[in-house]
Amino acid sequence: MSGHAPIAGRLLTKPFIVLALLFMLAVAILLARFIFGLGAVTNINDGYPWGIWIVIDVMIGTAIGCAGYAVALLVYLFNRGEYHPLIRSALMAGLFGYTLAGIAVIFDLGRYWQFYTLLLPWYVQLNSVMLEVAWCVMAYVVVLWIEFTPTFLERLGWHNIREKLSKVLFFFIALGILLPTMHQSSLGTMAVVAGHQISPLWQTQMLPALFLISALLMGYAIVPFEAILAALGLHQPLETPLLAKISAVALAVALFFLALRFGDLIWRDALGLALAGDIQALMFWVESALFIVPVLLLATRTMRTNPRLIFLAAISLLLAGSLYRINTYIIGYQPTAGATWSYFPSVTEIMVTVGIFALEVMLYLLFVKYLPVLHGAAAPPRART
Amino acid sequence: MATIKPQADTHLDEFVGSLGGVSRRSFLKFCAGVAATIGLPAGMAWRIAEAASSPHRLPVIWLSAQECTGCTESLLRSTHPTLEQLILDAISLDYHETLSAGAGHQAEAYKQHSLQENKGKYVLVVDGSIPLKDGGIYCKVANRPIVDHVREAAEGAAAIIAIGSCASWGGIPSSSPNPTGATRVSEVLKDRAVVNIPGCPPNPYNFLTTVLQFLAFNSLPELDSKNRPKFAYDRLIHENCERRPHFDAGRFAVTFGDEGHRQGWCLYKLGCKGPETYANCPSILFGDVGSGAWPVGCGHPCFGCSEEGIGFTKSIHQLAQLRNVTPPAAYPNISEPVGQGITPGSAALVAGITGVVLGAGAVATSRLGSSSDNASADSNDEHD
Repeated sequence: MSGHAPIAGRLLTKPFIVLALLFMLAVAILLARFIFGLGAVTNINDGYPWGIWIVIDVMIGTAIGCAGYAVALLVYLFNRGEYHPLIRSALMAGLFGYTLAGIAVIFDLGRYWQFYTLLLPWYVQLNSVMLEVAWCVMAYVVVLWIEFTPTFLERLGWHNIREKLSKVLFFFIALGILLPTMHQSSLGTMAVVAGHQISPLWQTQMLPALFLISALLMGYAIVPFEAILAALGLHQPLETPLLAKISAVALAVALFFLALRFGDLIWRDALGLALAGDIQALMFWVESALFIVPVLLLATRTMRTNPRLIFLAAISLLLAGSLYRINTYIIGYQPTAGATWSYFPSVTEIMVTVGIFALEVMLYLLFVKYLPVLHGAAAPPRART
Repeated sequence: MATIKPQADTHLDEFVGSLGGVSRRSFLKFCAGVAATIGLPAGMAWRIAEAASSPHRLPVIWLSAQECTGCTESLLRSTHPTLEQLILDAISLDYHETLSAGAGHQAEAYKQHSLQENKGKYVLVVDGSIPLKDGGIYCKVANRPIVDHVREAAEGAAAIIAIGSCASWGGIPSSSPNPTGATRVSEVLKDRAVVNIPGCPPNPYNFLTTVLQFLAFNSLPELDSKNRPKFAYDRLIHENCERRPHFDAGRFAVTFGDEGHRQGWCLYKLGCKGPETYANCPSILFGDVGSGAWPVGCGHPCFGCSEEGIGFTKSIHQLAQLRNVTPPAAYPNISEPVGQGITPGSAALVAGITGVVLGAGAVATSRLGSSSDNASADSNDEHD
């Protein structure tokens, strides 16, 4: 018995319509992008070939999508069954985060029509970090959809297939833990490859580990974030004890991340740059503060039962992980010393990113209203064996 | 497989003298380079080294027809340590009009002696084209048309190499109107396999590699449909050209000395024949003086010296025909945009989004009670 159920309610609410408009605007801009090229709608250039479409849509998008990975890690690897109620909404966050990231990558590919060559083994260059990420992400999107399939099958009432699937699901769950471990760290490796172009405040051989841990952290943050918003906006019961527990996990991971991050900075003797007084130093401190604040907010057991603090800590962690990625790939990145390259996202570029996030929220609303995703939903649980 | 044998080591040490003052180390390095050029494992360098320093040196007869001695010159100027000495000692160059110590009847007599003595064992090298018009009288050596010399020497030759574009496909002498009826070596030796090493002059290492492979393994390199060694002539210059990225990006020099030319952009529009000429020039360069030392590297368009129907046939500034890549219909900008910084619009948007996120966060936080009890009891208007 899963105890998950769809919630009732109209789909076309005012917020939903606003989101739909934002999404349609993004589609219109993307139309222009595919007709007139990347230069027509983005500010990326030869110096900054990666803008927010990669760093936010893909890197942050998949990091948020690590909810499914992070909770699966707890439930299946550490055998903590008590987190099971969270798994479906967490998996769903992963489903949207990854699927949309996979699609968003195509917007940013200059020669997107050659995308299919990724799948042709005779073109493969096995030393490529990008290849690893691309394959892993594609595989993980498939795995996520398979992991999420029971939800569809329950909705359709195909319990027979559901039973058969659950017999082999362990294999996909295992893959679902392996694959993100691989590519979330590789997303850090891609910055390692950029070498001295990235400020020593972020450039380190530890980037793969730091990216993996911060992705986990964002995964543990998005779960309470989503649960609390669902409670507020969709009138769902709030499972505070469970959120308190997962916040404790987030706290531990955050402490580990900070220890590794600052230990590495001190070890490499790079912390002095944090006092340089430039934009990089400023962003470093904002990022670090966003990582440290949740640690303070979740410090004691009592604090961790306070939904308000949990919510603030989750927002802070999400912003921290996001800023860490933006800092590593954009703020801390200098293409060539003395060159005049500059980058700030254009309005159209930003609106595409906004549109993708709008689509993500729309899909969330669609799924929770029509599929058995949320645990102990307000509507009576569907009876099933 | 040749493995490293101790006796091979001592054997080479003994022959230091025969290497013409080349150190054993540089000699082995050269042989390893040769092995690498023809795609052999490094261990094969020993076999090449042994063969090249064997007391039984490979006899070579070099005939010069209608030529300019450029091939010989470039061979002598190959500066892998004192290569000319090495090659003169490694092979037995029994006849070469430019390099023979003897002259006149003496040289001709020695050639005849060698042809008889080494019948079936020597390598025949021909540079220059063969004139056939009027009985071949336009190029005569020792009072006989060169075509007779070539046919005579070919009879007992173990292998025949045509060096240079003239010998390979006619070269300059065969250019219109071709007053001497000049033709390629293989045209007068139709029943024999002739290895062509075209180029004007060809890169000496393509020739040396071919000879040393024959010396070491008694075989010739794999040849293409025009009998050129594939190791050197199976790729277009365009494919490995250092200026290729400029071609792909649409950055071209249009006149000599213009902005693009000084920036080292692609020479295609100046008539570079790289896109239709098969040779390894961009990979192995010329003259052993480091990177950029080849025509295109120096800023001159390739004129296709090694390619029949291109070199000495098409005009130097005529556009090359692109074999496998056509330039895009629209080229990107010559001056790359360096990106624009923050604009009022984008700044306002980022500020707005940040505001919405913070505001929504603040509203949500304020609606959350400090305990879980009243959280779900709170309603909000958004959901209407």
